[in-house]
Amino acid sequence: MIERYLRQSPLAHLGLSGRGQDDGAPAQVRLAERPFSGLVNLRGPGADQTFLDAFEAAAEYALPTAAGASSVGGNTTALWLGPREWAIVDARGEPDAGPRIASRLRAALAGFPAAVTDISESRACIQISGAKARATLQKGCPLDLHPRAFRQGQCAQTRLAKASVLIHLTADESAQGGLAFDVYVARSFAEYVWFWLEDAACEYGANAKL
Amino acid sequence: MTQSFRLPEGGLIDRSHRLGFRFDGRDYMGYAGDTLASALLANGVHLVGRSYKYHRPRGILSAGAEEPNALVQLGEGARSEPNLRATQIDLFDGLRARSQNRWPSLNFDIGALNNGLSRFLPAGFYYKTFMWPASFWMKYEYIIRHAAGLGEAPRERDPDHYDKTFAHCDVLVVGAGPAGLAAALAAGRSGARVILAEQDSILGGSLWSGSGETIGGEPVQEWIATTRRELEGMEEVTILTRTLAYGYFDHNFVALVERVTDHLSDRPAALPRQRLWKLRAKQVVLATGAIERPLVFADNDRPGIMLADACRTYVNRFAVRPGKKAVVFTNNESGHLAALDMAAAGINIAAIVDLREDPMGSASERAEAAGLRVVPGSAVVGTGGQRRVKQVHIARLNADGTQALAAGETLDCDVLAMSGGWSPTLHLFSQSRGKVRFDADLGCFVPGASAQAERSAGACNGAFGLSDCLAQGFAAGKQAVKDAGLKIGRQAGATPRAGNDDFLPARWTWEVPSDKPSGRAGKAFVDFQNDVTANDLKLALREGYQSIEHVKRYTATGMGTDQGKTGNVNAIGIVAAAQGREIPDVGVTTFRPPYTPVTFGVFAGRDVDGLLDPNRKTPIHSWHEQAGAVFEDVGQWKRPWYFPKAGESMSQAVKREVKATRESIGIMDATTLGKIDIQGKDSAEFLNRIYTNAWSKLAVGRCRYGLMLNEAGMVIDDGVTARLDDFHYLMTTTTGNAAPVLAHLEEYLQTEWPDLDVHLTSVTEQFATATIAGPNARALLAELAEGIDLAPQALPHMSIRDGRVAGIDARIARISFTGEMSYEINVPASCGLALWQALMTAGAKYGITPYGTEAMHVLRAEKGFIIVGQETDGSVTPIDLGMDWIVSKKKDFVGKRSLTRPDMIKSDRKQLVGLLTDDPKEILAEGAQLVERVLPAPPMPMIGHVTSSYESPNLGRSIALALIKGGRARMGQKVQASLANGGTIACTVTGPVFLDPEGTRLND
Repeated sequence: MIERYLRQSPLAHLGLSGRGQDDGAPAQVRLAERPFSGLVNLRGPGADQTFLDAFEAAAEYALPTAAGASSVGGNTTALWLGPREWAIVDARGEPDAGPRIASRLRAALAGFPAAVTDISESRACIQISGAKARATLQKGCPLDLHPRAFRQGQCAQTRLAKASVLIHLTADESAQGGLAFDVYVARSFAEYVWFWLEDAACEYGANAKL
Repeated sequence: MTQSFRLPEGGLIDRSHRLGFRFDGRDYMGYAGDTLASALLANGVHLVGRSYKYHRPRGILSAGAEEPNALVQLGEGARSEPNLRATQIDLFDGLRARSQNRWPSLNFDIGALNNGLSRFLPAGFYYKTFMWPASFWMKYEYIIRHAAGLGEAPRERDPDHYDKTFAHCDVLVVGAGPAGLAAALAAGRSGARVILAEQDSILGGSLWSGSGETIGGEPVQEWIATTRRELEGMEEVTILTRTLAYGYFDHNFVALVERVTDHLSDRPAALPRQRLWKLRAKQVVLATGAIERPLVFADNDRPGIMLADACRTYVNRFAVRPGKKAVVFTNNESGHLAALDMAAAGINIAAIVDLREDPMGSASERAEAAGLRVVPGSAVVGTGGQRRVKQVHIARLNADGTQALAAGETLDCDVLAMSGGWSPTLHLFSQSRGKVRFDADLGCFVPGASAQAERSAGACNGAFGLSDCLAQGFAAGKQAVKDAGLKIGRQAGATPRAGNDDFLPARWTWEVPSDKPSGRAGKAFVDFQNDVTANDLKLALREGYQSIEHVKRYTATGMGTDQGKTGNVNAIGIVAAAQGREIPDVGVTTFRPPYTPVTFGVFAGRDVDGLLDPNRKTPIHSWHEQAGAVFEDVGQWKRPWYFPKAGESMSQAVKREVKATRESIGIMDATTLGKIDIQGKDSAEFLNRIYTNAWSKLAVGRCRYGLMLNEAGMVIDDGVTARLDDFHYLMTTTTGNAAPVLAHLEEYLQTEWPDLDVHLTSVTEQFATATIAGPNARALLAELAEGIDLAPQALPHMSIRDGRVAGIDARIARISFTGEMSYEINVPASCGLALWQALMTAGAKYGITPYGTEAMHVLRAEKGFIIVGQETDGSVTPIDLGMDWIVSKKKDFVGKRSLTRPDMIKSDRKQLVGLLTDDPKEILAEGAQLVERVLPAPPMPMIGHVTSSYESPNLGRSIALALIKGGRARMGQKVQASLANGGTIACTVTGPVFLDPEGTRLND
């Protein structure tokens, strides 16, 4: 692979480090790009216990089977996208997390009518955190994001303004660092979503978090 | 100017907070808590507008959303907003407003001539007068619009910003009067997620209009404050004041507009001006109250003639006397209540004229006890005064109330307070598709069966006593929580208690009898905003418009921005009486959203400027920008169109890019092409069914071009698919079709062939793609590539390999859309810019030239390669394109059956051909029509059209592709093409491949 500094994250061109303006007022919304998150799309027979067992044997945690659920094991999280579809994410920004996850899964699930596709490069991951994160996302997302309806660990493929997104509530209000969502969006929509979030969060005081 | 009509004390205003404002160029003072209307009245200003059609002087009629007269233009310049109800504008310091529909001034208005001409301006006069000649309508309309206009829309761009949000709740309560507050309390105490929406700036609604009432033993003002504190203390209750629920749509979707900063002098820049709430409520409680009705009598529209309850509101809530001497005209108890409160405020009550023979009820008893003069069994039959009511004429009615006897006395006054009963505010209920029914005792429509998960409570449900309002509201709040299926288990507590007087009994007289023959008395207005009189309604009936819906449209009753809030029930009553029918048989017209007008800005929200639509950009976009590329929109993508050098025209730039590619090497950003990853044991079978050609024998590491048809046999997409492994393929689609093609494939996979072991994943954005094309492409790639044998035998045309380019993991496909030797280099998206820069640096010695979509189009057209969407338009088959070679005769595929339908094999179908103009310099317009012979005049039979047309620098002349009827049989023949200047040019039909038909360049 090339020198890491030559790789450009989806929002690298915005120079986000220069946008972290702090005018003294506490920001109720903080935005951050989580560059180079690993994201692997997994398809497979969700109703087949041997398939679920094979995943668990390899990953050492179980695939979620309830709608919108997620499960965590080690450094990766499995997000339920459909009865036969999951996203396996590793948002730590480790280089080449996607290809690594993909090749391990491919080996473990060989023989099943399954598909493992690394799509890490095709998505941007934007973290939105702070007390008004739910209210900000709610402006563009038709799903009910109230704490009673959307809980820690839950995920959903939905719409944010005019973009398709996958949102994942990584930490709720009771978590130590406070409320935080990861928003996965197609790379070419990342700039639009970032500007949209900045604009939507403006009334709450928004900061780019680095 | 002093507020000479302000009461010395009382009211919900802050006398320590004085606000200056300007109306029609004059400066006034008001207080915080005022509306523009109350502040004007405090300064003795009643005349605030001219009526729509007759330009009659009009004053403030109401104190709320129903206001038909006091419509003003608020603000100046770009922030100016027309047609706002002065009764709903919160006063702020520095407010500027002006009256509408008057010229040159409110006091002297030339349009008032219409009033004198009114005999010639009956209902429907537009239809009768301006029908002929039809071509003059535009001119008539211009003049009519100016004469009958309302306010003016600003011409400047709206400088404000607006917010939109989705929202969800268990219980939405609309209206924060007594019923709404009780409902919110009951629901909120249970722990439910409650939104309480109130259009006013305060909570309490009608409670502020009255005087001396108590709830649970405490004055209503204290109860409101206590209740507000309790609601605000509930975590899951959201109180939205200044928030209008303007529309009730399917599935309990209610749209609200919150006025966030309109009432502020200094508006924080970070806050939106208004916010649209797109709310999905599990259950809705409608507590929207009721609207008092005017009485319909001659000259009932002079300034100073007001609704009785509005007079009460101005006295009690705003501490404003609407006048010094009042006459009250009523058919129910409400007029007496208004008289009592006005008398208490020091207003001289000249008389209470009551249509009822024998007024009964607690208010009339109190009025009598207070020594107020009550004139029973009588009517106001006329009024006097130009810009303000000065006298009223009263007359006794006969025993059954159908006729006025000879005119009686004339009373001086400066206010006439009228009450014709009450109409529940059914707008949202009706919008929810609930059916209304007429209640003859209450003299109004009330909610019938619900169509959605909602319930009405309080006055909007026909409960006019305070105790009933509270009880219904409280019960509705509890029931809504239960119906929402919430099991929270907290107790709602006890129902608040209060007195229960309502406005009954009443005497229903829809049109007050006159002492003069019809047409001789003054105009009796039913719809104040649209200037519709009782006689207009009867004229419509005489002219044959019998249905209430037709009467509405012919007279425009209820069609103003106030949607007939004060007039509709009176209109229905008058129509029923004239037809000798019962009101339920006449029916009710449709209530349409919005309840009151909503500004366009909130619908736009933040979807403006840069956020209007996503601009999709490739990882290499910043390089293109720096290189000065001109971009073209392809779907939502921004693709470089061409890369002009300083001083170059588009034509020069494209020529240079095309020549450089043919002669040395060009480079293009092909990232936007759709890419679909296909995995599974049945992938080859799937491709067999989806594409017209066969895929079973494609070897690993090889690519094949495919055409995709829909069920009708028409071409919908094309592209190259590569076999990466035994059960792993990578399909490319056209840029604009990536999403529709994936949807098409998924539909077949999920609905028709669920048995196939195939999985599709979009990987369009996983890769950045640079395509290098031209005779030097291999030499350049050889410098940068590792781990790939580029020799023609090892990597022939239509093959694919993995390796590294410039140190980056890469997948190289040798495929060509230009006809040149060409390599498509795919790398991880994050490395796209690094790859591009490496290729540009290493390619400098070859004069590597970035080219855009226009040059790509020229290059492919020289080779006769089609573009789906350009050579095809949804009605073109592979046979039409001359691509029979790619259509399998052996296997089945989507669209195959359609290709054998009789129409599909006709010889005169439009077929793809090349076209060469006789004058090689002339470039045809794409879309130009083609004929065999030019006739002296149209029509002449069209035989086809030009699909693509370019100047080809490699051929040194213009080239074009066209779809022509039976085109392949016309080779060498002449056709005539239309030119933009109206002329025609002769062209020769040729084959569609203009350059290197043997393909030696790309196979090199």
